[in-house]
Amino acid sequence: MIHFFHFGKTLSAAWLLFPLHPPTASTIAHRVDYLYYFLTAFTLFFTFSIFAVILYFMIKYRRRSDDEVPEEVKTSIPLELAWTLIPAAICAFIFFWSCSLFFRNSRPPANSTEIFVVGKQWMWQLQHANGAREIDELHVPLHVPIKLTMTSEDVIHDFFVPAFRVKEDVLPGRYTSIWFQATELGTFPFECAQMCGALHSSMRGEVIVMKPDDFAHWLSSNAPAQTMSSTGEQLFAHLGCVSCHVDDTSGRYPQLAGVYGRQVTLRNGARAAVDESFIRGAIVNPNAQPLAGYTASMPSFQGQIDEVQLLDLIAYIKTLGSGQKADALR
Amino acid sequence: MSESAVTQAGRPVLEQHFADLPAQEEARKLGMWIFLITEILFFGGLFATYTIYRELYLPGFIQGSHLLEVKWGAINTAVLIVSSLTMALAIRSAQVGKRKSAIIGLLGITAILGVVFLCIKFILEWRTDYLHHLVPGINFDYAGPHASHVQLFFLFYFFMTGLHALHVMIGIGVVLALSYLTWRGRFSPHYYSPLEVTGLYWHFVDIVWIFLFPLLYLIGGR
Amino acid sequence: MSVGVAELATRSRVHYLNESYGVKSWLLTTDHKRIAVLYMVSITFMFLVGACAAALMRIQLLDPAGAIVQPETYNKLFSIHGIIMVWFFLIPSIPAVLGNFLIPMMIGARDVAFPKLNLLSWYIYIIGALFVLYVVIYGGVDTGWTFYTPYSSTYSNSHVFAAAAGVFIVGFSSILTGLNFIVTIHKMRAPGMTWFRLPLFIWSLYATSIILVLATPVLAITLCLMAMERFLHMGIFNPAIGGDPLLFQHLFWFYSHPAVYIMVLPGMGVINELIAAFSRRRIYGYAFVAFSSFAIAFIGFLVWGHHMFVSGQSVYAGMVFSGLSFLVAIPSGIKVFNWTATLYKGSNSYDAPMLYALGFIGLFTMGGLTGIFLASLSIDVHLHDTYFVIAHFHYIMVGGSVMAYMGGLHFWWPKITGRLYPDKWARFAAFTIFIGFNLTFFPQYVLGYLGMLRRYAVYPAQFQALNVLSTAGASILGVGYFIPLVYLIWSMRYGRVAGPNPWRAKGLEWETPSPPPRENFEETPIVTEEAYAYPTRPRPARV
Repeated sequence: MIHFFHFGKTLSAAWLLFPLHPPTASTIAHRVDYLYYFLTAFTLFFTFSIFAVILYFMIKYRRRSDDEVPEEVKTSIPLELAWTLIPAAICAFIFFWSCSLFFRNSRPPANSTEIFVVGKQWMWQLQHANGAREIDELHVPLHVPIKLTMTSEDVIHDFFVPAFRVKEDVLPGRYTSIWFQATELGTFPFECAQMCGALHSSMRGEVIVMKPDDFAHWLSSNAPAQTMSSTGEQLFAHLGCVSCHVDDTSGRYPQLAGVYGRQVTLRNGARAAVDESFIRGAIVNPNAQPLAGYTASMPSFQGQIDEVQLLDLIAYIKTLGSGQKADALR
Repeated sequence: MSESAVTQAGRPVLEQHFADLPAQEEARKLGMWIFLITEILFFGGLFATYTIYRELYLPGFIQGSHLLEVKWGAINTAVLIVSSLTMALAIRSAQVGKRKSAIIGLLGITAILGVVFLCIKFILEWRTDYLHHLVPGINFDYAGPHASHVQLFFLFYFFMTGLHALHVMIGIGVVLALSYLTWRGRFSPHYYSPLEVTGLYWHFVDIVWIFLFPLLYLIGGR
Repeated sequence: MSVGVAELATRSRVHYLNESYGVKSWLLTTDHKRIAVLYMVSITFMFLVGACAAALMRIQLLDPAGAIVQPETYNKLFSIHGIIMVWFFLIPSIPAVLGNFLIPMMIGARDVAFPKLNLLSWYIYIIGALFVLYVVIYGGVDTGWTFYTPYSSTYSNSHVFAAAAGVFIVGFSSILTGLNFIVTIHKMRAPGMTWFRLPLFIWSLYATSIILVLATPVLAITLCLMAMERFLHMGIFNPAIGGDPLLFQHLFWFYSHPAVYIMVLPGMGVINELIAAFSRRRIYGYAFVAFSSFAIAFIGFLVWGHHMFVSGQSVYAGMVFSGLSFLVAIPSGIKVFNWTATLYKGSNSYDAPMLYALGFIGLFTMGGLTGIFLASLSIDVHLHDTYFVIAHFHYIMVGGSVMAYMGGLHFWWPKITGRLYPDKWARFAAFTIFIGFNLTFFPQYVLGYLGMLRRYAVYPAQFQALNVLSTAGASILGVGYFIPLVYLIWSMRYGRVAGPNPWRAKGLEWETPSPPPRENFEETPIVTEEAYAYPTRPRPARV
């Protein structure tokens, strides 16, 4: 398979004098390219075969006189079945191949480094856990799985890194995520892939892949005074969350120690997992999914906190009760 | 161009493009059934969206539903059911050759009941909602809990009942036109398919209301 | 001036074009043939508007920094190009022009079931078109033809409401046309015209009409809800006020995926007629081809989520939609193989309609197979919203549907106008279109995988060479479309007079004069033959 791939790549590149695919810079890029080249070969083969057969029939059976009468040809059921079932089998093969690849690519490894992305018209803000912030640039270390948790401040955007073969819509009001592991050093563009307004075509940036040591150095030298979660801790106190959700002993308000990752029961009987989206929803629209056993009286903070601050708060809430101190993520 | 001349004795006119009368009658009925299927998809999209939001925001929707008066909704349901009955009786009267005045009377009652429905809806319900500041986009101002979801509920309430009311208005117009044609002697036991086809439409409008009533008025148990 | 006997006969014979004159006789007609001609003129005009937008887009893309317009204007160009081409050209084209003209004739009827409703459909189309032309003149809409929220309902400052209104209105034209066709095919077939004696064009249009009738109302409601959010600032699709943007996408694509089958099934229907006529044989596997139209229509309702693989929907939903999308490829493949098999031992000629049909088969095959790329989940993650998608759907809609429309127009032109077009020019134009088309859109597959995104007014410099190639192809394609415009209009006055059946084809439409009389047939035909009952000689006995 690998030999076929490299042969095909070289042949096409030589023939066309330019590459047919973007740089292959992530762990999945090669696998996506294999499937792509298989599909290309399959498509070209069938298209040209059909063209060739048509051309052959058109020439061999061309009309020689206006009165000629063609020979009768009966429909062959075995032939009909063959050209129904064989394409179906090929489709099934391709489906299973692409599904297994997709399924594997959909789950980030457990030890992924998390980076947060906020898209807005028409720029990208990227934030590392230690608080380092970038605009339209993303520094990442080589050979380390990175999980991007993303949201939008306004319309639907889309984060696309062609060299890594990853893409996902970035939605307002919720979090979506993708993950990748870079395998090449260098600079690789990322772009917005969902029509978002006037400067959609300029909403781009660069992923800069560095050696792990260089990255660690970059990260610490760009770290602000506070990590995300310590910024979050300050906001948590400033907005008054502490009084109900940490200090209160009356039992009237849900206590947040250790809440992240737990399953909770909602008032309508359903269960929900407390992930980033749930926490965000609880802050912004608290009475949408009220918890069982508590009366809904939390005020909404919609409009008072922007998406970046929400991510800081969530980063802090994740540390509550887990034994981790706020700035241990530095 | 095909011409439909008024005939005597309620004989149908065979349009020139149909092979024979049964084909013409069947074509018109099939046409109305297909039209009603498109209407099911039309209302269906709206019902599907409503259902999704009701699941998500049930407390707010219950609040909103309690702000509606069930008695008017129930009366309107009865009004429409009776109007479907009178419509069916009108068709039956034509089928068995009753006098014109009987048919016109029944069609008239159908139309009047339709107007009663609209009066209850617009004057007794919508106007009251307007006075209570419950119309989204115009004067919505609700002080209770889940206000934004109550507003969403009322948006669906006005859109769904408004779309339905538009269909009722069109139906009333057609029923009145049929009354006029009956008076002109257009229908007879040999030819009453326009009445049947209109009846199908009227029953459909009735059925849509029968779905709307519990969906909007009876959430959360009353 | 010398005039042939046949021409004299045409001039003195009364047919649908000359039985009455004057603007009123056209604008108040209920003759399905005249209504078809009204549609033909209207959609050609809209096509020219949409094509101008495309021309400006391709010129813009000659330069990576944008050659002629600002990004805001470019956004309006691709939006209006999509809206016009989908709803005001492709969806009406074959059904409203060829379907209206031919369905009654092919089944032996005198008109459609509801002629006045047919005229109303055209007027509704015109009103919808006027809304869209208003949008074009007064500043455009920039949401893309897909109107995604919350951009369209909250953030865009363009004429979203007028554009959505135009599309909402023209949807009713589609619904009424579909309704008319279903009733016509059920209730107005001539004696002896059983279901399995129907031309396959009729089967395809019946399947298309089912989609028209079931899917379009959902689009209508979706656009209403989006417009209400825009006016009332209520959170139906905008998360900032409690709505769900993905709900818009689900509702929109629930219609718009079947819509693409509305655009391609009629084209497949035409191809059946062209292949049969120009190979002078019955379509191989008639029943398989007939049922495959329904399979495509049915499965087509189940696959809408493949437009949303990277939208944030769940992995499992993605897998289900992917599997079903592979399934829809099978009936399309069945058609392609059966058409190819029809050519075997046929009496094949190279007339222009046949060239268009063969072009369709090849280009639709490539377009359809690239759909497999997009149905494959992990590949679609990379290719979604790139030029690969654009190449895929243009191969099917332009390389497929438009070529089928052109082929059908050429095939039935003598029937519609009573004149023949110049054959050599027609074949030359067909070749020009084929070459121009491939040169325009094949490079876009490559651009897509390389990572060039769609709806981009400016792009990275390394993609320029392929973009220039694509624009060069587009100019050739433009010339290819212009040539038939000229000679078809020319032929209406100066073309050779056609007899009733210049192609010696089978089909009830060919058993009546060209152009046909108002009632289509002097007497109601009685059908005794199978479809495509071309004479064949028996297979020689094996020795």
